[in-house]
Amino acid sequence: MTRPMKLTLGPILFNWEPDIWRDFYFRIADEAAVDAVAVGEVVCSKRMPFFDEHFPAVLERLIAAGKEVLVSSLALVTLERERRRTEELALADEWLVEANDISCIAHLGGRPHVIGPFVNVYNEGTARWFAAQGARRICLPPELPLESIAAIAAATPQAEIEVFAFGRAPLAISARCYHARLHKLAKDNCRFVCAADPDGLPVDTLDDERFLVVNGVQTLAYTCTNLIMDLDDLAQANIASLRLSPQHCDMVAVAGTFREVLDGKMPAEEGLRELAAIYPDVPTTNNFLRARATTAQAFRGISTA
Amino acid sequence: MELICPAGTPAALRTAVDAGADAIYCGFADATNARNFPGLNFSRREMGEGIAYAHRSNAKVLVAINTFPAAGAQTPWHSAVDDAVAAGADALIVADVGLIDYAAHTHPAQRLHLSVQAAAANPDAIGFYVRNFGIRRVVLPRVLTVAEIAAIARAIDCETEVFIFGGLCVMAEGRCSLSSHVTGQSPNMHGVCSPASHVVYREEGGTLVSRLGNFTINRFARGEPSAFPTLCKVRFKTSLGSGYLFEDPVSLDAAAILPGLRAAGVTALKIEGRQRSRAYTEGVVRGFREQLDALDAGEKPPADRLAALTEGQSSTLGAYRKTWR
Repeated sequence: MTRPMKLTLGPILFNWEPDIWRDFYFRIADEAAVDAVAVGEVVCSKRMPFFDEHFPAVLERLIAAGKEVLVSSLALVTLERERRRTEELALADEWLVEANDISCIAHLGGRPHVIGPFVNVYNEGTARWFAAQGARRICLPPELPLESIAAIAAATPQAEIEVFAFGRAPLAISARCYHARLHKLAKDNCRFVCAADPDGLPVDTLDDERFLVVNGVQTLAYTCTNLIMDLDDLAQANIASLRLSPQHCDMVAVAGTFREVLDGKMPAEEGLRELAAIYPDVPTTNNFLRARATTAQAFRGISTA
Repeated sequence: MELICPAGTPAALRTAVDAGADAIYCGFADATNARNFPGLNFSRREMGEGIAYAHRSNAKVLVAINTFPAAGAQTPWHSAVDDAVAAGADALIVADVGLIDYAAHTHPAQRLHLSVQAAAANPDAIGFYVRNFGIRRVVLPRVLTVAEIAAIARAIDCETEVFIFGGLCVMAEGRCSLSSHVTGQSPNMHGVCSPASHVVYREEGGTLVSRLGNFTINRFARGEPSAFPTLCKVRFKTSLGSGYLFEDPVSLDAAAILPGLRAAGVTALKIEGRQRSRAYTEGVVRGFREQLDALDAGEKPPADRLAALTEGQSSTLGAYRKTWR
């Protein structure tokens, strides 16, 4: 069975070294079986200057490779310079904007755009309202269950619905930086300590179970969302696109695996085994899709040395 | 500045009105509001009676319908809006764009307040809701300093309301799935965070252990006060050390900065705690009524008697003071 879904590579949520960041996107442009690529700092505005230098070259390479390029906006906008940056990004006409905060949508003035997973779209009333304002594609919040996803997609044929299908699910964003706090630094003088954890800093329970990861001001699940076994249900629900969120692993291989399973060239079970080899040691989950709580069982057997 | 007080029950509403609240906020007894706890909140009849009681004392009632309607099942949220309007609510506190659109179109004369759950943290986001839906007041997220609040109040065309006391979200409100991750119960979808039904305490060799869902999230030595295990205020381990990673088990107390909030142009001050007891409501409302009356009269404020009412008897100014960040 083939499933006519597109693949979108989400923005890198972690603080990667600028050269690694650039090379990652060059390789994605050259090799990855993704249809769209979202680029841009979503988590912390302090990181932005590091990537600005490589931004034009990355954009050019992705466009030349035929990828649909989305430029992602910051999720939590409080400072003046963050407001200005968000406005500039929204007003530029060289790219399609992926809005991750209402303040970005406020500047779009009805022009076509994409809505990222950090804008709250929980139901068809909201999805339809945003679609009427120019949202062509909406990536739904990761915590939505399949039932809600299906209801939104069924009622919103005027926009493509995208689902967060691979990667550590973002769970929270704060004005406070937990990387800085753990290193006993002030946020304004953080020394970019988050760069030491390109896949997030693990946070364990008092019983030594892996639980969360911290990424500066953002908190994510320790587990890796992986919906490769759920593709039939997602296809049934008329989901147009799957989001693959970059982790510190071979994302070209991740995309290739999803593509093969989507195209019916690889059984889903084999895809699951492939992904476990590509991104080892991190338990996978589809709990949000299935409306289940996380169990400690999922974390057993993983040492927290 | 108006004093906005919580009521989880009709009795708490009457208590808050009698103690000097300018307005009471409350919700219906279902998933349409962000304090969907067992035994809490109002039936339709109780809401009508509560509004009548408040209006007799010239107090207002703001009805919180501030969760995100369930996809494919939005009717309970639409009914909550219709019924709150019919009951004479002075304002609806709403967060979901689709629901705000419904309320603005179905009841164009109804005053709407933007809930903190909408996480509108800057003038552009707030302006979006004012322009599109005629929002009259925004409840600001607890991620801003007083200086940032002042700048926002100057830049927007609606009133501002800020939290001054009670539970403190460390994460941006309405954008947090921590509880959902651990318990399957979500603030945005179910109106609950770290629900008591998923909390277990047990004694382990002189240590009190608290568990949420399937995870151990705190251990208290004998004699150490045990705070409620809200997920962002519990102990974790990392390679850099163990302890309260996100925030200590503290609650917000902004009594010390009321003059600063007034100077910032804030319209209304909000007390958190619809789930708290009547005694708490009465103590906190009376305490802040005295503070505000003294402030308005240009007198020295009375000594802060609120400390005993804070959760775990430990308080913070949260993000209002920049050092928090």
